[in-house]
Amino acid sequence: MIEIRWHGRGGQGAKTAAMLLADVAFFTGKYVQAFPEYGPERMGAPVTVYNRIDDKNIRVHSNIYQPDYSIVVDESLLEVVNVTAGLKRDGAVIVNTNRPKEEIIPHLHGYEGELYTIDARKVSMETLGKYFPNTPMLAAVVKVTKAVDEETFLKEMEGSFQKKFATKPEVIEGNLAALRMALKEVK
Amino acid sequence: MAKRERLSGNEAAAIALRQINPDVFPAFPITPSTEIPEYFSKFVADGLVDTEFIPVESEHSSMSAALGAEAAGARSLTATSSCGMALMWEELYVAASDRLPLLLALVNRALSGPININCDHSDSMGARDAGWIQLYAESNQEVYDNFVMAYRIAEHKDVRLPIMVCQDGFITSHAVQNMELLEDEEVKNFVGEYEPEHYLLNPKESMAVGPYGVSNYYMESKFAQVQAMKNVKKVAVEVMDEFAKMSGRQYGLFEEYRLKDAEYAIVIIGSAAGTAKDAIDRLREEGRKVGLLKIRFFRPFPGEEIAAALSKVKVVGVMDRAESFSTQGGPLGSETLAALHRAGNTAKTVEYMYGLGGRDIKVEDFWQIFDELEEVGNGKTVDGYQYIGLRK
Repeated sequence: MIEIRWHGRGGQGAKTAAMLLADVAFFTGKYVQAFPEYGPERMGAPVTVYNRIDDKNIRVHSNIYQPDYSIVVDESLLEVVNVTAGLKRDGAVIVNTNRPKEEIIPHLHGYEGELYTIDARKVSMETLGKYFPNTPMLAAVVKVTKAVDEETFLKEMEGSFQKKFATKPEVIEGNLAALRMALKEVK
Repeated sequence: MAKRERLSGNEAAAIALRQINPDVFPAFPITPSTEIPEYFSKFVADGLVDTEFIPVESEHSSMSAALGAEAAGARSLTATSSCGMALMWEELYVAASDRLPLLLALVNRALSGPININCDHSDSMGARDAGWIQLYAESNQEVYDNFVMAYRIAEHKDVRLPIMVCQDGFITSHAVQNMELLEDEEVKNFVGEYEPEHYLLNPKESMAVGPYGVSNYYMESKFAQVQAMKNVKKVAVEVMDEFAKMSGRQYGLFEEYRLKDAEYAIVIIGSAAGTAKDAIDRLREEGRKVGLLKIRFFRPFPGEEIAAALSKVKVVGVMDRAESFSTQGGPLGSETLAALHRAGNTAKTVEYMYGLGGRDIKVEDFWQIFDELEEVGNGKTVDGYQYIGLRK
């Protein structure tokens, strides 16, 4: 079982990204869970979202305390949340930032596993013209976790975008470009 | 053919309702049940159902409209949570005593205060004496399946009682999980047309619904409600067996998990049972004789059957997700202990309060509980009523 914890802020789409990851894994035949942990609901408040992906039915309904991967959608959370709490040594943390890794490491509370970074703002601005971090972050998660094969991922996402953006097809190509670019931009 | 899907508990509920295609659905939104009428109203707008959807101005009105429609002869329902249910309190009793088999999609959420949007069972447990059938679920699949079976149980001529189909707020309602859907035709045929024997819009029969009950008759009406509630067990088992033939998924009044040879067992309701099962599997690998009994029907409470299922257990831990302020435990504790006592079962018991206001319960918490139950079995004395996961 792969367990993933997403750290975002309300309104940034961390929940949507986790739901999309569950969708893609589901379509490849996996058992999935995607669920948010809500505090006071407001834009900008820290939000935690969880994914479980397994080959057999998932019964556990608790939050995830020892994730394989921690995904930081908003780097300002590094200052307020311990994003590596309980994170497995052989897992990884993925941070949305344009800063070099050396500047991120001091915020990881001595975590000894892998650190990956992705500049989701750059990817989003170049491909969508607006800042939607969730699409590039989703691609980064697929790249690092290998939860789904990359080709399958792109194919499934194309179908998913066609459904989701049925009324505004002009954004489909931009979102797909964001995914492709993000897969390459993960460091 | 079953269709493999991944849905949230609220989506699963809404899809089951689309397949059932009820006649009248008045609703007023409240977190975390809002999505059920939200998804459903889209089905209405898209012409996928011919349900009369009524956006009303409060939960007092939604339950009033639902029971009014049901009395008129329409298959009706509404959805709510927490304080929304508190506002329908008066009508809950009216629906039950007027023997109106409507459905309430209840997404369990803590009652205020402090105000909180997350799961516990204080809303439905507070209404346990209102005369409704109460059915609970562990997973999104069970939520969906319960909806498909609910009207068949409630509308049965030996029952005719309203039914509350409960699921854990956010934990299942907002969590996407794998599940299997039945074909629309299968559900339609299973649920069938609603043909009430007596209803207000029947031109051939004049009747009054909800008249004053004088003292000479009031008690008989309550006795009749109890008889109907007693009949639920037999009817529910028949419906669940028929459902199993269609779906391959067999349900009972409660579920026994690795209970047959268990010496230490917990009794629990809802989504936490899934977490407990993972905990039990791990302990079983160590050779420990542990199991669980998961309540599905809390009303009626299948006390005799539960006592029989627990007859070989040495120590029972009863886990409540709603405070009752008796200072002796929660509602499930009271019912379970009464059932054991009546059956002459002298198993030791410990009551645990957990998960209030959405406090998470983990696999490790269950390990600790089973450790303690075993210590009690070995003669240790512990506090018989404890809070799990409390801040130190």
